[in-house]
Amino acid sequence: MSSARDITRAAGPARSVYLDFPLGHTSGRPHDPELNLTIMRETLAAFETLTEPGSMLHLNHRWSSTDNWKDKVFAPVERGEVAGDSSPSSGYDDDRVLRHETPQYQTEEDAAAAHAEHEGEDCLVCAGIDY
Amino acid sequence: MTGADASLQQRQRPIDYIPRITAQYSGLGYGEYQWLHSDEPSEWTPVQRPLRESRLGLIATGGIYASGQTAFHYKDDTTYRAIPTDVGTPDLRATHFAYDLTDARDDINVVFPIDALRTLVAQGEIGELGPSAYTLMGGIYSMRRVREELIPQLVQRCLEDELDVVLLVPV
Repeated sequence: MSSARDITRAAGPARSVYLDFPLGHTSGRPHDPELNLTIMRETLAAFETLTEPGSMLHLNHRWSSTDNWKDKVFAPVERGEVAGDSSPSSGYDDDRVLRHETPQYQTEEDAAAAHAEHEGEDCLVCAGIDY
Repeated sequence: MTGADASLQQRQRPIDYIPRITAQYSGLGYGEYQWLHSDEPSEWTPVQRPLRESRLGLIATGGIYASGQTAFHYKDDTTYRAIPTDVGTPDLRATHFAYDLTDARDDINVVFPIDALRTLVAQGEIGELGPSAYTLMGGIYSMRRVREELIPQLVQRCLEDELDVVLLVPV
């Protein structure tokens, strides 16, 4: 499955299915199980219908009634609208997240649960981690 | 805009992410990002049997883990998690540096379609799921480490699980 057509085409998988949704929604929309089931049916059908190496099936679902969301994706920020804006002149906000080298839990409870789970033994499912 | 007008609005073409992201990175002064480019598509393997008789595997990037597992970290994390495919959906989590997690944390099915797959198994459209889904971080800057460290382990797990087809869900 892919929501980034050009990146997937460049990588060249044998078969792929393209869904024109914003990144972070490769397999559907939150709390819309009916749509997501339809997307999955159409996706899996490609295993049986695609016959040419490198072919990509385009699904026809649309994220919203307009495609305006595409205008702001990885686009330079408009400058000069905020008084006293002294940002560098590249035109881009650096919104990338710091590359922490420690586990980044969604919740504090997850961290505690993982520590309890892993105390004193190697975990067979968190593969590749040295304890 | 009325609904009728909106429905007539022309669709924009798919976003070309490679030039947009490349421009952003160079605008921020980072080195040029090395995109994976294959001259030929991956080798074609014919599907052996209908989906309703197949065992399907799921591999997802997007930084998904189950509560109780160690979370991913944000710098070239080449580890993976094995998540039992009978996991409770509310026990699934997402952590990542490169996409907006809001919707994934609200409903993990937007990046990890476990509920849809289980429904299709229950309805007989998929034979069965493998015992585990495999999740990883993606966003690994070394293609060599992906090829040499991560992919061989995942291939081994897929062979051990005797999967017929594997669905890849990147973010």
